[in-house]
Amino acid sequence: MSAPQTETWLILGASSAMARAMARALAAEGAGLILAGRDDDDLAALAADCRFRGATRAEAMRWDARDPATIAPLIHRLAQAQGVVSAAVFAGSMPPQAEIDVDPALIAGVAADSFTGPAHVLSRVAPLIEARGAGTIVGVASVAGDRGRVGNYVYGAAKAAFATYLSGLRNRLNRAGGHVVTVKPGFVDTAMTWGLPGMFLVAPPEAVVASILKAVRRRRNVIYTPFFWRYIMVIIRAVPEPIFKKLSI
Amino acid sequence: MTWATREIAGWGRVLRAEAALARPERQRTARALAESAPAPALGRRRSYGDACLAERAMLTERLDRVLSFDPETGTLEAESGVMLGDLAARLAPLGWLPPVMPGTGFATMGGAIAMDVHGKNHHHAGAFAAHVDRLTLATPAGPVEVAPGDPLFALTAGGLGQTGPILKATIRLARVRGDVMMVTERRMADLDAFCDALDASDAPYTVGWIDATATGPALGRGILEEGEVARGLVPPAKRGRTVPLDAPGFALSAPVVRTFNAAYLRRVPARGRTVVRPIADYFFPLDRIHDWNRLYGKCGFHQFQCVVPMDARPALRDMLARIGKAALASPLAVLKRLGPGAGHPMSFPVEGYTLAIDLPARDGADRLLAALNAATAEAGGRVYLAKDSSLTAEQAHAMYPGRAAWAEAVNARDPERAYETALVKRLRLREAA
Repeated sequence: MSAPQTETWLILGASSAMARAMARALAAEGAGLILAGRDDDDLAALAADCRFRGATRAEAMRWDARDPATIAPLIHRLAQAQGVVSAAVFAGSMPPQAEIDVDPALIAGVAADSFTGPAHVLSRVAPLIEARGAGTIVGVASVAGDRGRVGNYVYGAAKAAFATYLSGLRNRLNRAGGHVVTVKPGFVDTAMTWGLPGMFLVAPPEAVVASILKAVRRRRNVIYTPFFWRYIMVIIRAVPEPIFKKLSI
Repeated sequence: MTWATREIAGWGRVLRAEAALARPERQRTARALAESAPAPALGRRRSYGDACLAERAMLTERLDRVLSFDPETGTLEAESGVMLGDLAARLAPLGWLPPVMPGTGFATMGGAIAMDVHGKNHHHAGAFAAHVDRLTLATPAGPVEVAPGDPLFALTAGGLGQTGPILKATIRLARVRGDVMMVTERRMADLDAFCDALDASDAPYTVGWIDATATGPALGRGILEEGEVARGLVPPAKRGRTVPLDAPGFALSAPVVRTFNAAYLRRVPARGRTVVRPIADYFFPLDRIHDWNRLYGKCGFHQFQCVVPMDARPALRDMLARIGKAALASPLAVLKRLGPGAGHPMSFPVEGYTLAIDLPARDGADRLLAALNAATAEAGGRVYLAKDSSLTAEQAHAMYPGRAAWAEAVNARDPERAYETALVKRLRLREAA
């Protein structure tokens, strides 16, 4: 594997199934890990598991996308790490659209969890990557951000904003030797999708992570995972708006 | 969503059920679920019959993290869904192994406790639960810690999940000197030679492959494999293969199996041999072929496994004769010695010879299974419930004499019978009589 022993990864939203698979894969390569999220007990368990699997270091740290005060300790800890530092964002929230339609105040929370909170952290990680002349940022956006749909357009809007942010950040870090991978997963087999009707071609988190790590090694810019979602989304984006507005897909 | 509806099957794919399944990813979610909607836990569903079927269940496959490991003492705490093969792969290079390993590395730790699984080292090490320091059960009243010596521990070890989901457990690992297996293979001419050799063997790991198609004077012939862990060059890991579709019926027909078995026997020279194998290949020979159960075709197969007392060799011989005559045997047949049992009421291993054999679910399989079950009962033996698909309730009750008291204690804890699985219902294991 390409990740050097000294690479330290900050993982945001580390309790999610995809983040857990990512942390384990990085641990097996001997990376250092800072696992950030809200569920302290769960993160402590993940940190122990990553140490067992070969992580050079793994520690749990509290981070709440809606509480900017939790950012500084993370950045402080990451800055202490020797060698290359990188970050991966798996945070996000998707309350049912029907609930948001009834209570639009929920929109701010979705935006904070899926866009502004992670972006705030990444904007503080970026100077570390620039200073060290290396490092990768993996941002998990969503196919839902490629076109607003009646079923989850607030979540989609937040992910679209995050994808646009990542695009700009890639442009910025590219000048300093850093790299940004935007990941747009389709349906992934996680607690979020378990038992939801209408799921198809559901990918295991480990498969998604394998494609993410391949993209990191090859310095890909934007990946869809599983790959065929790129073509599904080409079709969905190509539907003319007068027709699309009548669809419920 | 908490619940998803799926069709699930035992590993033999004969028995199936539609189930509402929850799949918690965190301890917190699992605890909440166990409190609000008690249901039995299911691991990776490697039980052959219906021990891993239920109308409603909690899947533990995402609760699979190692919570602590002390490389000095070999004490390891993990969530119950961790797979023993995963543990072995990571631990062997560190000089440790799970203390007991069943024939598949896909078995979870929780399943290993609930079935009190045994391995090729049972005659030395006992079954899995003997190596558990403590475990945490999820109950409607919250998590409960249980240690050996507590009455609840004996109900849980081999207890088929009837005391509730195991959330995590601490086990004592076995110290090993290397990460390959030195395996000595010897041909066994017939059943008596086989049993004598099993009795005489003091290798740490011992197992016999038996040619269940052999009849007449060759009845019970096979290969005795004695293994010990050694240091050596690790052969490169081979990639797993997957069986992509159900095999046609003739793939494991009688002539094919007879030919295969004869060749498999001759593979070992008459004077025997010693070979070096990767640890995983030795303990989990079939795991490299993912979904190998599809080799039996869409009808599936049964596995029969019994243990009979040491003095019941004639019963063993009768069973093998019956199997040979029925021409239903597959290449998969195992003969082994078990050491003394642990005394837990529903734990399978007791002292004696254990015979395990796969039987394709073709015409005549039901009749053969009924005969083998009856022969086991008559010999004073018992059938392994993790494999069973064919016992009657009366037979099961007679084979596990501690069952009635166990049922009473388990029912007192779970009067709604929320933890009952399809096996427990079929064999009326929790009824008074």
